[in-house]
Amino acid sequence: MPNRDHSGDGDRRNATRRAADRPRRGGGGVSDARDGVPEEAADDEDATPDGGRASATPSTHTVRLELADEPGQLLAALHPIADNGGNLLSIYHERGNKTPRGRIPVEVDFEATPERFEGIVEALRTEGVNVMQAGTERYAEEVTILLFGHLIDTDLSDTLSRIEACESASVADVSLAAPQGTEEASSARLRLEARAGETEAAVAAVRELADEKDLRLVEPLTGVEA
Amino acid sequence: MRLTVVGAGAVGRSVVDLAGEYGHEVVAVADSSSAVVADGTDGRNVGVDPDAVVARKADRGIVGDDDPADALAADYDALVEATPTTLGDAEPGFSHVRTALERDRHAVLANKGPVAERFGDLRALVNDSEGDIRFEATVGGAIPAVSTVEDIEPGHVTAVRGVLNGTANFILTRMAAEGLDYDHVLAEAQDLGVAEADPSFDVDGTDAALKCVILANVLSFGAVDDPADAREFTLDDADVEGIRDVPGSALRLAAEDGRTVRLIGEATGETVRVAPRLVPENGTLAVSGTQNIVQIETSHAGRLNISGRGAGGPETASAVLGDVGRLE
Repeated sequence: MPNRDHSGDGDRRNATRRAADRPRRGGGGVSDARDGVPEEAADDEDATPDGGRASATPSTHTVRLELADEPGQLLAALHPIADNGGNLLSIYHERGNKTPRGRIPVEVDFEATPERFEGIVEALRTEGVNVMQAGTERYAEEVTILLFGHLIDTDLSDTLSRIEACESASVADVSLAAPQGTEEASSARLRLEARAGETEAAVAAVRELADEKDLRLVEPLTGVEA
Repeated sequence: MRLTVVGAGAVGRSVVDLAGEYGHEVVAVADSSSAVVADGTDGRNVGVDPDAVVARKADRGIVGDDDPADALAADYDALVEATPTTLGDAEPGFSHVRTALERDRHAVLANKGPVAERFGDLRALVNDSEGDIRFEATVGGAIPAVSTVEDIEPGHVTAVRGVLNGTANFILTRMAAEGLDYDHVLAEAQDLGVAEADPSFDVDGTDAALKCVILANVLSFGAVDDPADAREFTLDDADVEGIRDVPGSALRLAAEDGRTVRLIGEATGETVRVAPRLVPENGTLAVSGTQNIVQIETSHAGRLNISGRGAGGPETASAVLGDVGRLE
């Protein structure tokens, strides 16, 4: 099992940024060869009958898991990744940190094709592993929306956490403008990350919430790269 | 073609004025209370004098000394319906068109009401008539939206969307460019004559929605062989949001992110929706000022964009006269 020692936050930020850059690189087919990692996933890919599709190029994924502080938990969490065609690249085991639920956060990098990645995340959940975040690749689509109205009076943090609670989306970024003070109508720009193909569902969830709170939602024209 | 023009607003007057340049002759003009019908005694020039009509309308508020019913009964080939848009039963525009079709004459509409609210009734009248209807001027002014959809064939058009109201677009453009609030920009637009004293029709999205309803009808009826199978749309079927309460701060937040807000109408054969939407600031749909744009999504030909002037007397009259030409 390859185990790379992350020396600090700087390194991790870098890894995250590279992960975010990946989808834009296009289907070059050359994986991000990191530190002598064997390209098993690529070899494996050639053997599968559905090879040759552009989307089957393996890319690096980062998942954040939450594990109980008990022996064997880490290994149990890694099996679903390896068993489902993921090529483990690095594991960052934050023993010194605890999650709000008193568990230990673990960050795992691995290579997998997009199809397999979905299967891996599902397998982890089936095994009872709490997947806190499944990297930028899990949220393959980004969507920017505007909300306006009495954002503050209607409890903005509740609004945001309810969007977060929605299965298909995560709030990546919020900008708020309340030029008339907190009691007047204000505006917010939200960048949501949604799972591939679930942008519509994410926007629909926000629409419902906006209706309930009497906020106005300005949706993007999705699917229209004008 | 011999034309009777009903409605003497900016569009009707421009049709009267320009018809000659397109090789047509105006034999009667009516507004709500008066009319002028060419008497036909002068063998060389049987049409009405466009300059006299425009002058009488300006000076005395009438187009002539005849009765409007005489204009509808005149010997024309095509009736141009350019009275103000009315909702619901779409009267009196609908009856004007019915009269023409029942006389086996053509009708060309600049009035959105009958096409948006009673499309099925119009189709039924056309079915029993030697005459036909055209209504290019009802969507996007000078932009050939309807005829382009017809050329592509409605069955191969998956959606039509765009900016279809110049007043709302002007307001959103100015709010974003100047960092001003809605009320301020609306007052400016009213001073410039871009917005009416009562701007509701434009800023609440009704006008854009009517245009999208018309497009939805074109898509729906055009995609089936039997009109009985088509879904008819009216304004009630449209999901409409306007721009009245969009704050300047929302436009600033959008601009910080390279985006802007436009009142976008969308029509498919199944849905009609008008709402302020986020679009890329320098994108195709972010036309400025009173410009309109129509974007047509096709099955086999990708996306077509047509932008231009969506309102104005001569602009809309050019669409009307283009329709008249197609009926020859």
